[in-house]
Amino acid sequence: MQISKQKKLEMLRSLLLSRKFEEALTELCKIENKIPGMMILCTGQEAVGAGVCAALEMEDVIITNHRSHSHLLAKGADPKLLMAEIYGKKTGCNKGKSGTLHLAVPEINAPCTTTVVGGGPPIAVGRAFAQQYRKEKNVTVCFIGDGATNEGSFHEAVNLASLWSLPVLFVCENNLYAGAQRYDEHTKVRNIAERAAGYAIPGVVVDGNDALAVYTSAVEARARAVAGEGPTLIEYKTYRWRGHGESDLQLYQPKEEIEAWQAMCPIPKLRDELLAEGLISPDELGEMESRMDAIVKDAIRFAEESPYPEPHEALQDVFA
Amino acid sequence: MQQLGMGQAINRALREEMLRDPDVFLAGEGIGTGIHHSPMLPTAGLLKEFGPGRVKDTPVSEAAIAGLAVGASVAGLRPVVEIMFNPFFTLASDMIVNHAAKLRYLSGGKSSFPLVVRMKSGAGIGAGCQHSHNLEAWVAHCPGLKVVMPATAADAKGLLKSAIRDPNPVIFIEDIMLYFVPGAVPEEDYLIPIGKADVKRQGKDVTVATWSKMLGVAMKAADQLARDGIEIEIVDLRTLVPLDKDTLLGSIRKTGRLVVLHEATRTGGFAGEVAALAMEEAFESLKAPLRRVTGPDIPVPASPPLERFYMPDEEKLIAAVKDILK
Repeated sequence: MQISKQKKLEMLRSLLLSRKFEEALTELCKIENKIPGMMILCTGQEAVGAGVCAALEMEDVIITNHRSHSHLLAKGADPKLLMAEIYGKKTGCNKGKSGTLHLAVPEINAPCTTTVVGGGPPIAVGRAFAQQYRKEKNVTVCFIGDGATNEGSFHEAVNLASLWSLPVLFVCENNLYAGAQRYDEHTKVRNIAERAAGYAIPGVVVDGNDALAVYTSAVEARARAVAGEGPTLIEYKTYRWRGHGESDLQLYQPKEEIEAWQAMCPIPKLRDELLAEGLISPDELGEMESRMDAIVKDAIRFAEESPYPEPHEALQDVFA
Repeated sequence: MQQLGMGQAINRALREEMLRDPDVFLAGEGIGTGIHHSPMLPTAGLLKEFGPGRVKDTPVSEAAIAGLAVGASVAGLRPVVEIMFNPFFTLASDMIVNHAAKLRYLSGGKSSFPLVVRMKSGAGIGAGCQHSHNLEAWVAHCPGLKVVMPATAADAKGLLKSAIRDPNPVIFIEDIMLYFVPGAVPEEDYLIPIGKADVKRQGKDVTVATWSKMLGVAMKAADQLARDGIEIEIVDLRTLVPLDKDTLLGSIRKTGRLVVLHEATRTGGFAGEVAALAMEEAFESLKAPLRRVTGPDIPVPASPPLERFYMPDEEKLIAAVKDILK
């Protein structure tokens, strides 16, 4: 598949933004009273969000999960509003009601995000049903992890999506760990994609650290879905560099394993290809990096300067 | 006026709303092609009239059915999905409790989930506790859900139409026994507001607060009590969330006595909430301790004499009313 220069640069930009955004969070969440609650990062997995979202149109919908930063940034969420929400500020995209875990950005068609593992697939099925009902030529992407595929809700959702030929992309980021359980400790089947056979839909295994391969597979699955041929289960093999959350000491992840995967980082892979192809010069790359640094810095400044919500605002937004 | 069972009244509401709004669709197990063929059932005939695009028979997949409603509603459709029996709610509960109820709040009010989950409930069908278990208190405990439990066919029609038009998730619980109790139902398009109780019988001596099928028990008890010169006032709550405190407290202040009657089991039942409200806001009006008449704390048994033992009846209500009038 021919991938345009513009798409490639868009993916590189997205990878860099997500990485820098999370590198900042890695440090910020260590500072006492700076960021409330948990901090769950997707560092090392950014190529999945970057590649999949590059294959989408703005009207396409994503339903994501607790490890959502790269998905939302790649789909076009405003880093300032995300950062302010992560800080628990009034100016955050969800007025401080969500925090980092359930960031909802309807403006970019990410209308709800769930931290309940396995919560996303049934909702994605409903959202895709609405696209089919209205005869829209759009899809819904459901980002899940490997752990979610052991939830009953996943199987109910895939079955229904297959039965009704709904335009869903079940995007599974197999990052090798569900909580503290290594993949082979929680799932017997060798590839999650094999589970697709049980529902008579295509299941494909793709290198999740290769943004271009991710993009290509998502374009193909999207085309199928839009043509009315139903859902695809795509398994992206990748790796969770950080713990489940930042309080996780990762005692169960071998150091050599982490290092081996860090050597397969998705950023240099795409960057070096673009440099070699002459699609970006070293100077332009430097500029792009500086721009991403500035965006993250601005987001942090915006979040820090923003007020907290007033306590009584807790009572708002329960009912429409 | 036409006499309809509650199932037929619900059918009229669904049909009228589907004709009015093309975004309304139905989904559930056997709602189109079902194992039972009775014109008394809520979705009878709708598949034929509206077709399989809008009346979706689903696999036996409660989580997927509820998720379908959550996802379709956030897109602006108006799903009305059916969970066949209230106890099967547990299989759909993550989608309802963690998602339908909370996602609007989590979005800071940006996303809305205008969905209706219809559930059949109630003892009296001899099916035992995994089909008969009234769980309204569970859902009432989840902020973000509205909870409606109609007692009459006419109320069911007007309340369901309001539920479908409501911008929030509404849990609509229908007692199966009421499907077969005829009542007068206006033919026109009318709405009954969610959150408004209805005084079904005026009285001066004791307030009986109730909902769903137990209204019938209260009405029969009222006739018997009247023969002894006791006038109970029956407040049909109709909606548990939001609760019509004004009507309820107004009645308690008028009579000075309260009995709360529900079919669900006692511990943690919604009667406790009504009782606490009475104590907090109308204590000075109470002339006697309040009473609860509820199912006992047992699973609903299957055998007819055991099931009858489970169900609150006129006798138990009359005893409670007379007790607090002593």
